[in-house]
Amino acid sequence: MSDILKSRRFRLEREADWKRLEDLLNRFEKGRGSGLSDDEVIAIPVLYRATLSSLSMARAISLDHSLVSYLEGLSTRAYFCVYGARTTVTERLARFFARDWRDAVQALWIETVVSAVTTALGAVVAYVLVRRSPAWYGAFVPEGLASGRNPGASTASLQETLHGHHVDGLSVLATFLFTHNSQIALLAFALGFACCLPSAFLMIYQGLMLGAFIALFSSHGLGVEFGGWVSIHGTTELFAVTLAGAAGFHIGWNLAFPGAQSRMDALVSAGRRAALVMAGVVLMLAVAGLLEGFARQLIENTWIRYGVGLSMLAGWLTYFYFPVKDE
Amino acid sequence: MRPGPANAPHNAPMSAHLNRPVGAQPAVRPAAYLPPEGRVRELVTPEGVDLRLTLAEGGERVAAFLLDCAIIIGALIALSIAVLLVAFATSFAPGELLVVVWIMASFFLRNFYFIAFELTPRAATPGKRVLGLRVAMRNGGPLTAEAIFSRNAMREIELFLPLSLLAAAGAGVDGWINLMGLVWCAVFVLFPLFNKDRLRVGDLVGGTWVVRAPKRVLDVDLSGVENTAVVAFTSEQLDVYGVKELNVLEDVLRRKDPAVMRSVAERIRGKIGMRDTGIRDLEFLQAYYTGLRGHLETRLLFGRRRRDKYDAP
Repeated sequence: MSDILKSRRFRLEREADWKRLEDLLNRFEKGRGSGLSDDEVIAIPVLYRATLSSLSMARAISLDHSLVSYLEGLSTRAYFCVYGARTTVTERLARFFARDWRDAVQALWIETVVSAVTTALGAVVAYVLVRRSPAWYGAFVPEGLASGRNPGASTASLQETLHGHHVDGLSVLATFLFTHNSQIALLAFALGFACCLPSAFLMIYQGLMLGAFIALFSSHGLGVEFGGWVSIHGTTELFAVTLAGAAGFHIGWNLAFPGAQSRMDALVSAGRRAALVMAGVVLMLAVAGLLEGFARQLIENTWIRYGVGLSMLAGWLTYFYFPVKDE
Repeated sequence: MRPGPANAPHNAPMSAHLNRPVGAQPAVRPAAYLPPEGRVRELVTPEGVDLRLTLAEGGERVAAFLLDCAIIIGALIALSIAVLLVAFATSFAPGELLVVVWIMASFFLRNFYFIAFELTPRAATPGKRVLGLRVAMRNGGPLTAEAIFSRNAMREIELFLPLSLLAAAGAGVDGWINLMGLVWCAVFVLFPLFNKDRLRVGDLVGGTWVVRAPKRVLDVDLSGVENTAVVAFTSEQLDVYGVKELNVLEDVLRRKDPAVMRSVAERIRGKIGMRDTGIRDLEFLQAYYTGLRGHLETRLLFGRRRRDKYDAP
């Protein structure tokens, strides 16, 4: 033993620990639980610290390149295991619904107001323009989306679209609406990165379409009925899209005006809040898809439609903004 | 920003530096210290050890992404075939359900494939796993679900928007609009090439980066390999080379390519003035490796790291 290199003796003495850690990590990375016993879970941080000290030792005394890079790799993997997220999925979800989502939405209240005002502005502009001259209608609502709901259409045919008896294919409709709207919402969020402007355009455009529809239906005396038709899912859906726009604004604004933080830090913390809001938006849109696909087709009475829509809105507002004592 | 007590050891050299009188020589680095270079980034653990993370190359990122795309598209095709088969087998009885399944599955594949895999302990999609990469927070903290969500939701403007522009092209669009679209896409698609950390927009917003975390195998210790040839080297003969050359020699010995070993052995014999005594190249090189490593490691213990052959012995 005396004539072998010190660095080799160092390795021989510690190799078993490294192998054990490697084995535990392999099993840990396979997936949840992965059958690690309590003792093994407790052993990981201990072995991690031992390996880390081996690494600094090896860097100081060993010139075996493959050994040092092996220890670097092993320590890095163990570091991510030991200092990685400790929460389980259920805990994470519980915290999301209990606190994180609400807090993030509250933190974005200015952006939410701006986003809502932008949409409303678009709606008012489109309403005024289309009421003055129906020719504007075509500029706001693409032909594919209008599907017969044109200024030239008769009142009866317009009324028909509000009470269509398409009871077949409801689930397909709900699914399609959910996925389509979520994709738009994600786009509104991502576009915020370009300093808010594209998100603002998207919000205005949503408003324009809404305003044009309102103008069309109210010019035929169907305004109240249309309101019921839209609000049953629209309160949830428009709220969700407004929040998505707000999330986009939040990112863009913090990128452009980071304040006291560095631009990178401001962006990261804005991205964190916006992501929480967006995860919730996707959920809200799933609810909206169900309401639009099922409830709207099954409930024919305009006043019940209003009732459902407004109580959904009240529910969301209470959930987000009603002050709750934090324990 | 780094977790816990890491700040103390990390900042210590900085204050020492500031307190130094003007004109004084910088303190001698410890022998084990190698300054980070190229793609290596400092990550000091709370225990005070720098893990020296290596960032993923742009090419690796693209390769991993293409692999993931192939998996997603493959899964979509398999799903479509399965849905069609079920539809034909049941003569379209559950038609509506099948359409719902298909729409939902493609939505989740597009939006949650990356998120779901990056939430696992490996923090990597199958594509990244193959390439030995993983996602990590830039501040060294635990990778959060929010960070993963925002880094992947940003893909909407980095990839899907350019793709939809591609699909919309040629529909009587003004040339200027095409040009603007191209500039817009180029900004986001090529973003990673214009910063030294290879961050894409999603990484920027999520506070993440992609690092190498390959599973390495512990190779045999070359100094412990059975060697019948007894060759003794004088201290002058071992003073010829430094650490860099030792690492190259290690590499040669691990690959065991006869032609390369032949030329390296000849080169070393020439350099140290030793005649070819009929010892096999492999054994000669092994003996020289062991000798050189022992020689340099002894120096290392006395605080002297000889970087390469140009460094003073």
